[in-house]
Amino acid sequence: MRIEADLDRCVGAGQCVLTEPALFDQNDEDGRVVLLATEVDDGDDSAVAAVREAVHVCPSGALSLVDDR
Amino acid sequence: MSEQAVDPAAYPKVRTCPFAPEPEYAELRAKAPVTKVPMAGGGTAWLVTRHEHFRQVLGDPRMSSDLRHPGYPQLSPGQRAIADTMAPSMIGLDGPEHAAARRAVLGEFTVRRIEAIRPRIQQIVDDCIDEMLAAPRPVDLVRALSLPVPSLVICELLGVPYADHDFFQERSSRILRRTTSAESRGAAVEEIQAYLDGLVTAKEHEPTDDLIGRQIRKQREVGEADHDALVLMAFLLLVAGHDTSASMISLGVLALLENPDQLAEIVADPAKTLPAVEELLRYFTIIEAATSRTAVEDVEIGGVLIRAGEGVVALGSSANHDPEVFDRPDELDINRNARGHVAFGFGPHQCLGQNLARLELQIVFDTLFRRLPGLRLAVDVDDLPFKSDANIYGIYEMPVTW
Repeated sequence: MRIEADLDRCVGAGQCVLTEPALFDQNDEDGRVVLLATEVDDGDDSAVAAVREAVHVCPSGALSLVDDR
Repeated sequence: MSEQAVDPAAYPKVRTCPFAPEPEYAELRAKAPVTKVPMAGGGTAWLVTRHEHFRQVLGDPRMSSDLRHPGYPQLSPGQRAIADTMAPSMIGLDGPEHAAARRAVLGEFTVRRIEAIRPRIQQIVDDCIDEMLAAPRPVDLVRALSLPVPSLVICELLGVPYADHDFFQERSSRILRRTTSAESRGAAVEEIQAYLDGLVTAKEHEPTDDLIGRQIRKQREVGEADHDALVLMAFLLLVAGHDTSASMISLGVLALLENPDQLAEIVADPAKTLPAVEELLRYFTIIEAATSRTAVEDVEIGGVLIRAGEGVVALGSSANHDPEVFDRPDELDINRNARGHVAFGFGPHQCLGQNLARLELQIVFDTLFRRLPGLRLAVDVDDLPFKSDANIYGIYEMPVTW
């Protein structure tokens, strides 16, 4: 599954970084999200759950998890 | 200081139980989740009580944050008059203007930047506890720890002299109290503004290595010096940055003392402090009603049509006690996943300082209960003066001993 980030919407709250620091970071200048990976393995339940939580807690709706299948 | 009585029929309601939102909110959430009510500061507004609708209102770009809008919900008397005399700080801006103001300063508040000041916060907490240990008991936790920790941290971050803390703490508390008269609140706003105006001017002559100084240098690099915007930003960060965390420190310590089994879990396993902080934020939701908007177009929320120009109060305390989202919402449970809470608001205006607040709370709870294992209230919990009349809930004074 693909992780997508809409940088125009991102408000840099950092909630995604708190949820899954292995997948999300923030840039030092304006705090917007930096994706450390754009794919998450469908079979890795805990990773998928973490991305879902990051999408849910993102206050600006900047993150989405897209299933291409 | 002249005070005004709060109309019991008006919203937001005065809290009657220190550990739960007004029971009436639960009734509204079940029966009339989007309903029009009279406001404490005059006029009417739509009250939104469900978690799902809270997120919808605050995430919708058709809902404006401009405090000067005629329909903007009036939580306190005099709110309108102050909004009219001040240019909006970032909390009063919408859309691209808001995004630009927020992004200018966001680099100072990223998870990484905040984590980097952890050793300094730890030092401040340890120093405050050293002083507590040396003082005669009982000690007022609010004066000894809850207020000085976040005040020292935000002062150092901004570059505001901590020696002036009595001056701006007294005035912020007047601004935030719902019973303060319009005149008294207006004067408090003007006095803090004048103070920060002088401070920013001094830093413009000689930029220092702190948030205000760095913003001045940054503005000069792009050739966009905006003195007034800096004063407003400093005002917002200073006022929002200490009273909120101070309230959560006092209330959090109290809730953990009242739930010794859960406190014991944190002491045994500091990793549990992180979820405990989220749960305490949810449980108390100290900014229960400050998340207000005005519809700038017709918007439908929960099947109710909100017309352009009408005000909406998204009630965080009610959203965070919505049983559709949080099982047994009125119980404190540090082992639940409370991360979906909206204690920091939602949408593009979600609290800029939330990661600083989380870190302060985490360090305080870990350090305080480790260093003072016998900590207990020195008075009965029912005798504590709760800030049930303020726009930021908290405790005025909390005598403790050990």
